Amino acid sequence: MWKWLHPYAKPEITYHFTGRLLPWFAYLTAILLSIGIVWALLFAPADYQQGDSFRIFYLHVPAASLSMGIYVGMAIAALCSLVWQLKLADASAAAMAPVGAVFTAIALITGAAWGKPMWGTWWIWDARLTSELILLFLYLGVIALHNAFEDKALAGKAAAILTLVGVINIPIIKYSVEWWNTLHQGATVSKLGKPSMTMDMFWPFVFCFLGFSLLVATIICIRFRTEILARNSMRPWVRELVEKVEG
Amino acid sequence: MMMNNNSITPANLENIKNNLSYRAAFMLILKRDITIAFRHRDDIINPLLFFVIVVTLFPLGIGPESSTLSRIAPGIIWVAALLSTLLSLDRLFKSDHDDGSLEQMLLSPHPVFILVLAKIVAHWLLTGLPLIFIAPLLAVLLHLNENSYEALMLTLLLGTPILSLIGAIGVALTVGIKKGGVLLSLLVLPLYIPVLIFATSAIDTAAMNLPFSGQLAIIAALFFGSLTLAPFAVSAALKVSTN
Repeated sequence: MWKWLHPYAKPEITYHFTGRLLPWFAYLTAILLSIGIVWALLFAPADYQQGDSFRIFYLHVPAASLSMGIYVGMAIAALCSLVWQLKLADASAAAMAPVGAVFTAIALITGAAWGKPMWGTWWIWDARLTSELILLFLYLGVIALHNAFEDKALAGKAAAILTLVGVINIPIIKYSVEWWNTLHQGATVSKLGKPSMTMDMFWPFVFCFLGFSLLVATIICIRFRTEILARNSMRPWVRELVEKVEG
Repeated sequence: MMMNNNSITPANLENIKNNLSYRAAFMLILKRDITIAFRHRDDIINPLLFFVIVVTLFPLGIGPESSTLSRIAPGIIWVAALLSTLLSLDRLFKSDHDDGSLEQMLLSPHPVFILVLAKIVAHWLLTGLPLIFIAPLLAVLLHLNENSYEALMLTLLLGTPILSLIGAIGVALTVGIKKGGVLLSLLVLPLYIPVLIFATSAIDTAAMNLPFSGQLAIIAALFFGSLTLAPFAVSAALKVSTN
Protein backbone atom coordinates (compact mmCIF):
# COMPACT_ATOMS: atom_id res chain seq x y z
CA MET A 1 0.00 0.00 0.00
CA TRP A 2 2.92 2.32 0.68
CA LYS A 3 4.80 1.21 -2.41
CA TRP A 4 4.00 4.36 -4.39
CA LEU A 5 5.92 6.30 -1.75
CA HIS A 6 9.18 4.41 -2.16
CA PRO A 7 10.63 6.19 -5.21
CA TYR A 8 10.50 9.51 -3.32
CA ALA A 9 13.21 8.31 -0.92
CA LYS A 10 15.57 9.00 -3.79
CA PRO A 11 16.76 12.63 -3.71
CA GLU A 12 16.78 13.05 -7.48
CA ILE A 13 13.14 12.03 -7.95
CA THR A 14 11.97 14.14 -5.02
CA TYR A 15 13.93 17.12 -6.32
CA HIS A 16 12.17 16.99 -9.69
CA PHE A 17 8.79 16.25 -8.09
CA THR A 18 9.02 19.29 -5.80
CA GLY A 19 10.17 21.27 -8.84
CA ARG A 20 6.86 20.45 -10.52
CA LEU A 21 4.88 21.27 -7.37
CA LEU A 22 6.57 24.60 -6.77
CA PRO A 23 4.81 26.70 -9.48
CA TRP A 24 1.38 25.46 -8.33
CA PHE A 25 2.14 26.48 -4.77
CA ALA A 26 3.55 29.82 -5.88
CA TYR A 27 0.64 30.80 -8.16
CA LEU A 28 -2.01 29.69 -5.68
CA THR A 29 -0.23 31.67 -2.96
CA ALA A 30 -0.21 34.78 -5.11
CA ILE A 31 -3.89 34.46 -6.01
CA LEU A 32 -5.20 33.57 -2.56
CA LEU A 33 -3.07 36.06 -0.67
CA SER A 34 -3.90 38.98 -2.94
CA ILE A 35 -7.63 38.22 -2.71
CA GLY A 36 -7.45 37.57 1.02
CA ILE A 37 -5.39 40.61 1.98
CA VAL A 38 -7.34 43.09 -0.15
CA TRP A 39 -10.66 41.71 1.12
CA ALA A 40 -9.48 41.65 4.72
CA LEU A 41 -7.89 45.09 4.82
CA LEU A 42 -10.31 47.06 2.63
CA PHE A 43 -13.69 45.36 2.47
CA ALA A 44 -14.24 43.32 5.61
CA PRO A 45 -16.38 45.23 8.15
CA ALA A 46 -14.59 46.87 11.08
CA ASP A 47 -15.04 45.31 14.48
CA TYR A 48 -17.71 46.96 16.65
CA GLN A 49 -15.33 47.18 19.61
CA GLN A 50 -11.83 47.16 18.20
CA GLY A 51 -12.46 49.21 15.07
CA ASP A 52 -9.95 48.82 12.30
CA SER A 53 -7.11 47.61 14.49
CA PHE A 54 -8.66 44.15 14.57
CA ARG A 55 -7.51 43.70 10.95
CA ILE A 56 -4.08 42.59 12.15
CA PHE A 57 -5.96 39.44 13.12
CA TYR A 58 -5.73 38.36 9.48
CA LEU A 59 -1.93 38.21 9.76
CA HIS A 60 -1.55 37.34 13.44
CA VAL A 61 -3.75 34.24 13.62
CA PRO A 62 -2.45 32.50 10.47
CA ALA A 63 1.15 33.20 11.56
CA ALA A 64 0.51 31.84 15.04
CA SER A 65 -1.23 28.67 13.93
CA LEU A 66 1.36 28.08 11.21
CA SER A 67 4.18 28.51 13.73
CA MET A 68 2.73 25.54 15.61
CA GLY A 69 1.82 23.67 12.44
CA ILE A 70 5.35 23.92 11.07
CA TYR A 71 6.72 22.63 14.36
CA VAL A 72 4.40 19.62 14.20
CA GLY A 73 5.50 19.03 10.60
CA MET A 74 9.12 19.29 11.68
CA ALA A 75 8.48 16.82 14.51
CA ILE A 76 6.89 14.32 12.11
CA ALA A 77 9.89 14.66 9.80
CA ALA A 78 12.19 14.22 12.82
CA LEU A 79 10.37 11.04 13.83
CA CYS A 80 10.62 9.69 10.28
CA SER A 81 14.33 10.46 10.15
CA LEU A 82 14.98 8.75 13.50
CA VAL A 83 12.79 5.70 12.96
CA TRP A 84 13.23 5.00 9.25
CA GLN A 85 16.60 6.76 8.80
CA LEU A 86 15.27 8.77 5.86
CA LYS A 87 17.87 11.29 4.78
CA LEU A 88 15.29 13.43 3.02
CA ALA A 89 13.29 13.73 6.23
CA ASP A 90 16.40 15.32 7.77
CA ALA A 91 16.64 17.71 4.87
CA SER A 92 12.99 18.70 5.16
CA ALA A 93 13.27 19.28 8.92
CA ALA A 94 16.30 21.50 8.31
CA ALA A 95 14.32 23.36 5.65
CA MET A 96 11.35 23.95 7.96
CA ALA A 97 13.12 25.19 11.10
CA PRO A 98 14.01 28.76 9.99
CA VAL A 99 10.60 29.26 8.33
CA GLY A 100 8.92 28.23 11.56
CA ALA A 101 11.13 30.56 13.57
CA VAL A 102 10.23 33.50 11.32
CA PHE A 103 6.51 32.78 11.57
CA THR A 104 6.77 32.51 15.36
CA ALA A 105 8.52 35.88 15.39
CA ILE A 106 5.80 37.35 13.15
CA ALA A 107 3.12 36.01 15.48
CA LEU A 108 4.87 37.56 18.49
CA ILE A 109 5.49 40.93 16.83
CA THR A 110 2.00 41.31 15.36
CA GLY A 111 0.64 40.19 18.71
CA ALA A 112 2.59 42.95 20.42
CA ALA A 113 1.37 45.48 17.89
CA TRP A 114 -2.21 44.34 18.48
CA GLY A 115 -1.77 44.23 22.24
CA LYS A 116 -0.70 47.87 22.51
CA PRO A 117 -4.03 49.44 21.43
CA MET A 118 -6.22 46.67 22.90
CA TRP A 119 -4.60 45.74 26.21
CA GLY A 120 -2.55 48.91 26.63
CA THR A 121 0.73 47.03 26.73
CA TRP A 122 3.18 45.58 24.23
CA TRP A 123 3.87 42.51 26.27
CA ILE A 124 2.51 40.70 29.30
CA TRP A 125 3.73 37.46 30.85
CA ASP A 126 0.61 35.61 29.95
CA ALA A 127 0.55 31.82 29.39
CA ARG A 128 -0.12 32.01 25.64
CA LEU A 129 2.56 34.64 25.03
CA THR A 130 5.16 32.93 27.20
CA SER A 131 4.66 29.53 25.63
CA GLU A 132 4.86 31.04 22.15
CA LEU A 133 8.14 32.70 23.19
CA ILE A 134 9.43 29.31 24.36
CA LEU A 135 8.48 27.95 20.93
CA LEU A 136 10.72 30.62 19.37
CA PHE A 137 13.58 29.58 21.67
CA LEU A 138 13.03 25.94 20.71
CA TYR A 139 13.20 26.82 17.02
CA LEU A 140 16.40 28.80 17.60
CA GLY A 141 17.88 25.88 19.55
CA VAL A 142 17.09 23.47 16.71
CA ILE A 143 18.65 25.84 14.17
CA ALA A 144 21.73 26.29 16.37
CA LEU A 145 22.09 22.53 16.71
CA HIS A 146 21.79 22.12 12.93
CA ASN A 147 24.64 24.59 12.48
CA ALA A 148 26.81 23.20 15.27
CA PHE A 149 27.75 19.93 13.55
CA GLU A 150 30.03 19.68 10.56
CA ASP A 151 28.41 16.43 9.51
CA LYS A 152 24.88 17.14 8.20
CA ALA A 153 23.58 13.63 8.91
CA LEU A 154 24.71 13.87 12.53
CA ALA A 155 23.27 17.37 12.86
CA GLY A 156 19.95 16.13 11.52
CA LYS A 157 19.71 13.32 14.07
CA ALA A 158 20.70 15.53 17.00
CA ALA A 159 18.21 18.21 15.97
CA ALA A 160 15.55 15.53 15.49
CA ILE A 161 15.91 14.39 19.10
CA LEU A 162 15.67 17.98 20.35
CA THR A 163 12.63 18.59 18.14
CA LEU A 164 10.84 15.57 19.56
CA VAL A 165 11.63 16.63 23.14
CA GLY A 166 10.20 20.08 22.38
CA VAL A 167 6.88 18.71 21.04
CA ILE A 168 5.63 18.81 24.64
CA ASN A 169 5.30 22.59 24.22
CA ILE A 170 2.76 22.40 21.39
CA PRO A 171 -0.30 21.23 23.39
CA ILE A 172 0.70 23.72 26.10
CA ILE A 173 0.49 26.60 23.61
CA LYS A 174 -2.71 25.30 22.06
CA TYR A 175 -4.59 24.87 25.32
CA SER A 176 -2.94 27.63 27.35
CA VAL A 177 -5.98 29.86 26.81
CA GLU A 178 -8.23 27.16 28.23
CA TRP A 179 -6.06 25.90 31.09
CA TRP A 180 -5.14 29.29 32.52
CA ASN A 181 -7.10 32.50 32.93
CA THR A 182 -5.30 34.64 30.45
CA LEU A 183 -5.64 38.05 28.91
CA HIS A 184 -5.27 36.44 25.49
CA GLN A 185 -8.68 35.56 24.10
CA GLY A 186 -9.82 32.02 23.47
CA ALA A 187 -10.16 30.32 20.11
CA THR A 188 -12.20 32.33 17.62
CA VAL A 189 -12.09 30.50 14.33
CA SER A 190 -11.22 26.90 15.09
CA LYS A 191 -14.52 26.06 16.77
CA LEU A 192 -15.81 23.44 14.41
CA GLY A 193 -18.81 24.51 12.38
CA LYS A 194 -19.54 27.73 14.22
CA PRO A 195 -16.78 30.33 14.37
CA SER A 196 -17.52 33.15 16.79
CA MET A 197 -17.40 35.83 14.12
CA THR A 198 -19.73 36.86 11.32
CA MET A 199 -19.35 35.28 7.92
CA ASP A 200 -18.23 38.48 6.16
CA MET A 201 -15.29 38.61 8.58
CA PHE A 202 -14.70 34.87 8.44
CA TRP A 203 -14.37 34.38 4.68
CA PRO A 204 -11.44 36.78 4.18
CA PHE A 205 -9.76 34.90 7.03
CA VAL A 206 -10.16 31.60 5.16
CA PHE A 207 -8.45 33.14 2.12
CA CYS A 208 -5.66 34.66 4.23
CA PHE A 209 -5.11 31.45 6.15
CA LEU A 210 -4.92 29.28 3.03
CA GLY A 211 -2.76 31.90 1.34
CA PHE A 212 -0.24 32.00 4.18
CA SER A 213 -0.25 28.19 4.43
CA LEU A 214 0.60 27.96 0.75
CA LEU A 215 3.23 30.66 1.18
CA VAL A 216 4.83 28.46 3.84
CA ALA A 217 4.59 25.48 1.49
CA THR A 218 6.25 27.50 -1.27
CA ILE A 219 9.11 28.72 0.89
CA ILE A 220 9.69 25.30 2.44
CA CYS A 221 9.63 23.76 -1.03
CA ILE A 222 12.35 26.14 -2.23
CA ARG A 223 14.45 25.60 0.89
CA PHE A 224 13.96 21.83 0.71
CA ARG A 225 15.21 21.78 -2.89
CA THR A 226 18.28 23.80 -1.92
CA GLU A 227 18.93 21.45 1.00
CA ILE A 228 18.74 18.45 -1.33
CA LEU A 229 21.20 20.07 -3.74
CA ALA A 230 23.58 21.07 -0.93
CA ARG A 231 23.58 17.59 0.57
CA ASN A 232 24.02 15.83 -2.77
CA SER A 233 26.41 18.29 -4.37
CA MET A 234 28.89 15.52 -5.23
CA ARG A 235 26.34 13.30 -6.97
CA PRO A 236 26.43 12.97 -10.77
CA TRP A 237 22.83 14.10 -11.27
CA VAL A 238 23.49 17.36 -9.45
CA ARG A 239 26.61 17.94 -11.55
CA GLU A 240 24.59 17.34 -14.69
CA LEU A 241 22.08 19.92 -13.53
CA VAL A 242 24.85 22.41 -12.88
CA GLU A 243 26.39 21.81 -16.30
CA LYS A 244 23.00 22.29 -17.94
CA VAL A 245 22.59 25.65 -16.21
CA GLU A 246 26.11 26.81 -16.95
CA GLY A 247 26.34 25.45 -20.47
CA MET B 1 24.69 -12.91 39.09
CA MET B 2 24.98 -16.05 41.18
CA MET B 3 27.48 -18.27 39.44
CA ASN B 4 28.57 -20.97 41.84
CA ASN B 5 30.73 -22.61 39.24
CA ASN B 6 34.25 -23.33 40.34
CA SER B 7 35.80 -23.75 36.93
CA ILE B 8 36.16 -20.42 35.15
CA THR B 9 36.32 -20.98 31.45
CA PRO B 10 36.23 -18.14 28.93
CA ALA B 11 32.65 -19.02 28.09
CA ASN B 12 31.81 -18.96 31.74
CA LEU B 13 33.43 -15.61 32.21
CA GLU B 14 31.32 -14.28 29.39
CA ASN B 15 28.27 -15.56 31.23
CA ILE B 16 29.25 -13.87 34.45
CA LYS B 17 29.69 -10.57 32.67
CA ASN B 18 26.38 -10.82 30.90
CA ASN B 19 24.53 -11.82 34.02
CA LEU B 20 25.42 -8.70 35.95
CA SER B 21 21.94 -7.69 37.09
CA TYR B 22 20.41 -4.33 36.22
CA ARG B 23 20.62 -3.26 39.83
CA ALA B 24 24.29 -4.23 40.08
CA ALA B 25 25.11 -2.38 36.85
CA PHE B 26 23.24 0.68 38.10
CA MET B 27 25.05 0.67 41.44
CA LEU B 28 28.39 0.12 39.77
CA ILE B 29 28.08 3.23 37.60
CA LEU B 30 26.64 5.26 40.46
CA LYS B 31 29.53 4.36 42.75
CA ARG B 32 32.08 4.97 40.03
CA ASP B 33 30.74 8.43 39.24
CA ILE B 34 30.54 9.44 42.89
CA THR B 35 34.08 8.17 43.56
CA ILE B 36 35.43 10.12 40.60
CA ALA B 37 33.63 13.25 41.75
CA PHE B 38 35.02 12.96 45.27
CA ARG B 39 38.51 12.79 43.84
CA HIS B 40 37.91 16.10 42.03
CA ARG B 41 36.14 17.94 44.82
CA ASP B 42 36.23 21.24 42.93
CA ASP B 43 33.61 19.86 40.59
CA ILE B 44 31.17 19.55 43.47
CA ILE B 45 32.09 22.72 45.31
CA ASN B 46 32.39 25.17 42.41
CA PRO B 47 28.76 25.03 41.20
CA LEU B 48 27.68 25.40 44.82
CA LEU B 49 29.90 28.45 45.29
CA PHE B 50 28.51 29.85 42.06
CA PHE B 51 24.98 29.35 43.43
CA VAL B 52 25.84 31.23 46.63
CA ILE B 53 27.62 34.07 44.83
CA VAL B 54 24.86 34.62 42.28
CA VAL B 55 22.31 34.84 45.09
CA THR B 56 24.45 37.34 47.02
CA LEU B 57 24.74 39.54 43.93
CA PHE B 58 21.02 40.29 43.88
CA PRO B 59 20.71 42.09 47.24
CA LEU B 60 23.76 44.14 46.27
CA GLY B 61 22.32 45.02 42.88
CA ILE B 62 18.71 45.62 43.87
CA GLY B 63 19.15 47.11 47.32
CA PRO B 64 18.77 45.58 50.76
CA GLU B 65 15.09 46.42 51.53
CA SER B 66 13.71 43.25 53.04
CA SER B 67 10.23 43.67 51.52
CA THR B 68 11.62 43.73 47.98
CA LEU B 69 13.98 40.86 48.67
CA SER B 70 11.36 38.60 50.19
CA ARG B 71 9.15 39.31 47.20
CA ILE B 72 11.78 38.17 44.66
CA ALA B 73 13.57 35.54 46.77
CA PRO B 74 11.86 32.46 45.22
CA GLY B 75 12.74 33.60 41.72
CA ILE B 76 16.35 34.40 42.61
CA ILE B 77 16.96 31.08 44.35
CA TRP B 78 15.38 29.10 41.54
CA VAL B 79 17.13 30.97 38.73
CA ALA B 80 20.45 30.57 40.53
CA ALA B 81 19.72 26.85 40.94
CA LEU B 82 19.02 26.55 37.19
CA LEU B 83 22.25 28.32 36.29
CA SER B 84 24.45 26.37 38.67
CA THR B 85 22.95 23.08 37.45
CA LEU B 86 23.67 24.23 33.92
CA LEU B 87 27.31 24.88 34.81
CA SER B 88 27.75 21.47 36.39
CA LEU B 89 26.08 19.57 33.53
CA ASP B 90 29.22 19.54 31.45
CA ARG B 91 30.78 17.02 33.82
CA LEU B 92 28.03 14.49 33.19
CA PHE B 93 29.41 12.98 29.99
CA LYS B 94 32.36 15.12 28.95
CA SER B 95 35.28 13.31 30.60
CA ASP B 96 33.79 9.91 29.81
CA HIS B 97 33.42 10.96 26.21
CA ASP B 98 36.98 12.24 26.06
CA ASP B 99 38.63 9.11 27.44
CA GLY B 100 36.40 6.71 25.53
CA SER B 101 34.65 5.04 28.45
CA LEU B 102 31.31 6.38 27.22
CA GLU B 103 31.62 4.31 24.06
CA GLN B 104 32.40 1.24 26.13
CA MET B 105 29.25 1.85 28.14
CA LEU B 106 27.17 2.13 25.00
CA LEU B 107 28.69 -1.11 23.71
CA SER B 108 28.07 -3.02 26.94
CA PRO B 109 25.28 -5.62 26.95
CA HIS B 110 23.30 -3.68 29.54
CA PRO B 111 20.49 -1.38 28.47
CA VAL B 112 21.84 2.14 28.05
CA PHE B 113 18.75 3.35 29.88
CA ILE B 114 20.04 1.90 33.19
CA LEU B 115 23.56 3.25 32.77
CA VAL B 116 22.36 6.70 31.77
CA LEU B 117 19.91 6.80 34.67
CA ALA B 118 22.73 5.89 37.08
CA LYS B 119 24.88 8.72 35.75
CA ILE B 120 22.02 11.19 36.07
CA VAL B 121 21.25 10.05 39.62
CA ALA B 122 24.93 10.48 40.50
CA HIS B 123 24.85 13.97 39.00
CA TRP B 124 21.81 14.89 41.05
CA LEU B 125 23.33 13.51 44.27
CA LEU B 126 26.43 15.62 43.66
CA THR B 127 24.83 18.89 42.56
CA GLY B 128 21.09 18.88 43.28
CA LEU B 129 21.25 17.57 46.81
CA PRO B 130 23.93 20.01 48.12
CA LEU B 131 21.86 22.79 46.56
CA ILE B 132 18.85 21.73 48.61
CA PHE B 133 20.92 21.72 51.81
CA ILE B 134 22.28 25.20 51.26
CA ALA B 135 19.04 26.77 49.97
CA PRO B 136 17.44 27.47 53.39
CA LEU B 137 20.50 29.46 54.41
CA LEU B 138 20.22 31.62 51.32
CA ALA B 139 16.49 31.95 51.90
CA VAL B 140 17.30 33.47 55.32
CA LEU B 141 19.67 35.94 53.68
CA LEU B 142 16.92 36.96 51.26
CA HIS B 143 14.25 37.28 53.99
CA LEU B 144 12.04 34.64 52.39
CA ASN B 145 8.57 34.56 53.91
CA GLU B 146 8.44 32.09 56.81
CA ASN B 147 5.50 30.17 55.38
CA SER B 148 7.44 29.49 52.20
CA TYR B 149 10.28 27.35 53.52
CA GLU B 150 8.37 24.10 53.25
CA ALA B 151 7.36 24.93 49.67
CA LEU B 152 10.91 25.94 48.78
CA MET B 153 12.34 22.67 50.04
CA LEU B 154 9.65 20.52 48.43
CA THR B 155 9.91 22.24 45.05
CA LEU B 156 13.69 21.95 45.11
CA LEU B 157 13.47 18.29 46.11
CA LEU B 158 11.12 17.48 43.23
CA GLY B 159 12.46 20.06 40.81
CA THR B 160 16.24 19.65 40.83
CA PRO B 161 16.07 16.03 39.58
CA ILE B 162 14.10 17.35 36.58
CA LEU B 163 16.92 19.80 35.92
CA SER B 164 19.45 16.95 35.90
CA LEU B 165 17.25 14.75 33.71
CA ILE B 166 16.43 17.36 31.08
CA GLY B 167 19.93 18.78 31.22
CA ALA B 168 21.34 15.34 30.46
CA ILE B 169 19.52 15.40 27.11
CA GLY B 170 21.21 18.69 26.24
CA VAL B 171 24.66 17.48 27.29
CA ALA B 172 24.24 14.23 25.41
CA LEU B 173 23.42 16.20 22.26
CA THR B 174 26.36 18.60 22.57
CA VAL B 175 29.04 16.33 24.05
CA GLY B 176 30.64 15.72 20.66
CA ILE B 177 30.87 19.43 19.79
CA LYS B 178 34.03 21.31 20.70
CA LYS B 179 32.43 24.51 21.96
CA GLY B 180 29.18 23.09 23.20
CA GLY B 181 28.85 25.24 26.34
CA VAL B 182 26.82 28.16 25.03
CA LEU B 183 24.81 25.91 22.76
CA LEU B 184 23.96 23.75 25.77
CA SER B 185 22.38 26.67 27.59
CA LEU B 186 20.46 27.61 24.43
CA LEU B 187 19.01 24.12 24.19
CA VAL B 188 18.33 23.43 27.84
CA LEU B 189 17.12 26.71 29.38
CA PRO B 190 13.86 26.90 27.37
CA LEU B 191 13.03 23.40 28.55
CA TYR B 192 13.66 24.47 32.16
CA ILE B 193 11.07 27.25 32.02
CA PRO B 194 8.02 25.17 33.07
CA VAL B 195 9.81 23.94 36.22
CA LEU B 196 10.77 27.51 37.08
CA ILE B 197 7.23 28.81 36.57
CA PHE B 198 5.51 26.20 38.72
CA ALA B 199 8.18 26.14 41.44
CA THR B 200 8.16 29.90 42.01
CA SER B 201 4.40 29.99 41.78
CA ALA B 202 4.19 27.30 44.48
CA ILE B 203 6.52 29.27 46.77
CA ASP B 204 4.59 32.51 46.19
CA THR B 205 1.31 30.75 46.92
CA ALA B 206 2.73 29.32 50.14
CA ALA B 207 3.82 32.82 51.21
CA MET B 208 0.15 33.85 51.06
CA ASN B 209 -0.73 30.89 53.27
CA LEU B 210 -2.68 29.19 50.51
CA PRO B 211 -2.40 25.50 49.59
CA PHE B 212 0.25 24.89 46.93
CA SER B 213 -0.41 21.21 46.32
CA GLY B 214 -1.60 21.92 42.76
CA GLN B 215 1.72 23.33 41.61
CA LEU B 216 3.57 20.63 43.53
CA ALA B 217 1.52 17.95 41.76
CA ILE B 218 2.47 19.42 38.37
CA ILE B 219 6.17 19.47 39.32
CA ALA B 220 5.86 15.86 40.49
CA ALA B 221 4.22 14.99 37.17
CA LEU B 222 7.07 16.70 35.31
CA PHE B 223 9.52 14.74 37.46
CA PHE B 224 8.01 11.34 36.77
CA GLY B 225 7.49 12.17 33.11
CA SER B 226 11.12 13.16 32.64
CA LEU B 227 12.32 10.26 34.79
CA THR B 228 10.67 7.76 32.46
CA LEU B 229 11.26 9.49 29.13
CA ALA B 230 14.50 11.49 29.43
CA PRO B 231 16.87 8.48 29.68
CA PHE B 232 15.55 7.22 26.32
CA ALA B 233 16.24 10.58 24.70
CA VAL B 234 19.66 10.69 26.37
CA SER B 235 20.60 7.23 25.07
CA ALA B 236 19.51 8.13 21.55
CA ALA B 237 21.43 11.40 21.74
CA LEU B 238 24.57 9.69 23.05
CA LYS B 239 24.45 7.25 20.17
CA VAL B 240 24.31 10.20 17.77
CA SER B 241 27.11 12.05 19.56
CA THR B 242 29.51 9.13 19.74
CA ASN B 243 28.54 8.19 16.21
